[in-house]
Amino acid sequence: MKLRTALLGAAAAFVTAPAAWAERGSDGELRLTFPQAVSTLNGYLSGGTKDLLAGGMVIEPLAGFDTSGTIFPRLVTEIPSRENGGIAEDLTSVTWKLIPGLLWSDGTPFTAADVVFTAEYCMHPEGGCAQGSKFAGVASVEAVDDLTVKVTFQGPQPNPFTAFVGYQSPILQKAQFEACLGAAAPTCTEQNSFPVGTGPFRVTGFTVNDTVQLEANPNYRDPAKPAFATAMIKGGGDAMGSARSVMETGEFDYAWNTQIPPDAQTAMLAAGKGQFVVAFGSLVERIEMNLTDPSPDLPEGERSTVKHPHPILSDANVRRALSMAIDRQTLVEVGYGAGGKPTCNLVPAPEIFASDNTGCLTQDIEGAKALLDQAGWVPGADGIREKDGRRLSLVYQTSVNPIRQDFQALIKSWWAELGVETELKSIDAGVFFGGDPGSPDTFQKFYADVEMYANNFEGNDPQVYLANYLCANIPGPDSQWQGENINRFCDPAFDALVAELAATTELEKRTEIAKKLNDMLTKDSMVIVPLVHRGTLSAHANTLGGVAINAWDNEMWNTQDWVRVE
Amino acid sequence: MFTYIVRRLALAVPTLLLISLVIFLLVDLAPGSPMSQIPLTVPPDVRQKIMEAMGANDPVWARYLLWLRQFFWIEPLYLWDHWFGTSLAEGEQRILSWQSRSPVFDIIGQRIPQTLTVVGTAYLVGVLIALPIGIWSAYRQYSWFDQFGTFISMVGFSVPTFFTGVLLIVVFAVNLQWFPSVYDTTLKVTDWESFWKQVRQMAMPVAVLALFNAAEISRYTRAAMLENLGQDYVRTARAKGMSERVVLLKHVLRNSMIPVVTVIALGLPTVFGGAIITEQVFKVNGIGAALIGAIHASDLPMVQTLTFIFAVLIVVFNLVADVLYGILDPRIRYD
Repeated sequence: MKLRTALLGAAAAFVTAPAAWAERGSDGELRLTFPQAVSTLNGYLSGGTKDLLAGGMVIEPLAGFDTSGTIFPRLVTEIPSRENGGIAEDLTSVTWKLIPGLLWSDGTPFTAADVVFTAEYCMHPEGGCAQGSKFAGVASVEAVDDLTVKVTFQGPQPNPFTAFVGYQSPILQKAQFEACLGAAAPTCTEQNSFPVGTGPFRVTGFTVNDTVQLEANPNYRDPAKPAFATAMIKGGGDAMGSARSVMETGEFDYAWNTQIPPDAQTAMLAAGKGQFVVAFGSLVERIEMNLTDPSPDLPEGERSTVKHPHPILSDANVRRALSMAIDRQTLVEVGYGAGGKPTCNLVPAPEIFASDNTGCLTQDIEGAKALLDQAGWVPGADGIREKDGRRLSLVYQTSVNPIRQDFQALIKSWWAELGVETELKSIDAGVFFGGDPGSPDTFQKFYADVEMYANNFEGNDPQVYLANYLCANIPGPDSQWQGENINRFCDPAFDALVAELAATTELEKRTEIAKKLNDMLTKDSMVIVPLVHRGTLSAHANTLGGVAINAWDNEMWNTQDWVRVE
Repeated sequence: MFTYIVRRLALAVPTLLLISLVIFLLVDLAPGSPMSQIPLTVPPDVRQKIMEAMGANDPVWARYLLWLRQFFWIEPLYLWDHWFGTSLAEGEQRILSWQSRSPVFDIIGQRIPQTLTVVGTAYLVGVLIALPIGIWSAYRQYSWFDQFGTFISMVGFSVPTFFTGVLLIVVFAVNLQWFPSVYDTTLKVTDWESFWKQVRQMAMPVAVLALFNAAEISRYTRAAMLENLGQDYVRTARAKGMSERVVLLKHVLRNSMIPVVTVIALGLPTVFGGAIITEQVFKVNGIGAALIGAIHASDLPMVQTLTFIFAVLIVVFNLVADVLYGILDPRIRYD
């Protein structure tokens, strides 16, 4: 009996750790499905997550982030630091040491020249590189020798892990892309569809906006990986169909971005074929308050500009009351289920940057009413509050999306309880996010009192994201309505603190300042009213092992470790 | 007849040019921008550079003229090069999709086969079902068969394909697991086994579309048959002692076919246009799915090229229908 138990134990150990003895190509085909089909495998030309995710199985950056947001080496021997001399004392350069003997999937050696070329490719002024911000502040990239790359910045850079780090900036092969610089970049169809890479897979077939076919890279650096011999990514349809094909029919192993209603999530789990996994990055669904007057009575060019402060929302008490009336837990239950959680923060993650701000989590309609009374907004004849003859009536806009329309309806009803009249407006996403300066309905123009959408930041450092709310970034007619400070928030103290953050290198201090900045925008002023911290919800079959969903990098960052389990 | 065809074709040229201009302006003026596809985390100056690299910021007339040149001159040259191995179009810029940065005609070339197999089969099946139903329903008007046929065609007409499609998936793919819910576009038919796979994956989309097509055509057939069944020549034929079979299939059917053939011919462009909803539901990577994807992404070159090709097909098949009319009905003469 004892022997049998021991044997069973040993067998169980093998089953739970199949990665340890799987060999390359032993597990057959890996089938993935994306609700949005892949358009190109060269993420430098698209910027779409779907393209970056698929490309990430083929081309890799020098270093990536793991599930906790910690940087780890991929194509380099170690992560540069000040201790190992990789980062210059004055923070103006970073030196990467490549792993010796690395091969591209076509068998040629991977060298520093490829890394230098990648920078040249993306920094070319006519290339239209979608990841240009990854290379912002880079003065030069040079190959010290075949295995050493030095990135020099224009000034001290507290966070040097931008270029070549994370799935947005993978290394392209110089020999393949040499003729594709600048204006020629989009014309290189063959190269953009079949990039040569160092990743666990290589492309064998590609049909635009439909299917990517891959096979194990014979030159992958770990001879035992990947466990799958081939892989395919089928795109198109919708989130519901993708989720169904993993969770109910079992035709696919993994579905990315299966954001479906909570009741459908429960129903699909009941089929017992798969499970949902969720990664919480920094994506926050929020209501943005317009601090300027969007009234259509103002002449064009003056609507929603700093010339005219908002007649209602300039009052911080109104903003606070509007936030207090919202029951965020209900919003999560209605809209996202496992894919969301209530939050009061603009920067909800990583853990070290998240403020301990929980004051908004309990709904307080009575308190909100009292606050409005106190501020002089009293109910008029029809129950709508008024002050100095001005009705508390707001236009609330967002993009067309079933969850957002549910949110609008719920929030409208809570605000109605306060005596606030709300007019709802929903705009096609292509227009709302289209940024066309000629359209009155873009989120930047903000011809409404409040608007709702979601935004996040790349990587694990919120500095650039918080700097969106500098006075200088206010969109207006002079800047063709470009600019990220959607609320037209302007506070010299905030600007000064952002400057301080940019000059601070010590992590502990940085987190402290970032939290303070977060609080200034949220709980102190309620200019931004965070609602839901949204994760990406994906589904995988129970027969797929090794999935470790990642919010800080490619969510499928470790496909080389995925295996088939019984 | 020949001069008529030449005259119609000559007239088609200005018509199509006008159509192309109208489509271009409509697509261009429609709200929405390819910028909405770029994540919000990309800063504004980088966005501007992306738009410039795509040529999306050029003035409308410049883009229209460029498109005309690409469509009517460069793309045919590329085709010529492809067939005869010449290099006339060397270095010329083809029509590129903004979404994928690959040539629009390559994408169309990849997708046409799926659309023709699935939507074409569905059309054929639809016609094959519709004709007998239409004929018999008219011959036995108000019989239970006619009532049943009317009911089915009303269902086919009025229930949208996104509903029937998902219904079939839930019943036959999720619960019974008979057919796959996702169309595998990489499947190559090489032997009986893969052929059977292809048949199984085509079953549901073809059924959905065939029901819809059959509903329409069977109603036309029934109406045309009914009209002819009451005519004097039918009574004469019967009086001459002809069998019901000859009366129905030779005399009445032939005369009834004239409007039906027109309807079928005019419906053919939709086969090339693909089925937007059905292709989306079953993930068939056809032309319809490409069009709707391009519209969502404000991919102007793709939308413009596809809709213009549809316009050409509609003009051509209108002509075909008119010519067929002349052939089928000796009373109609165009010269």
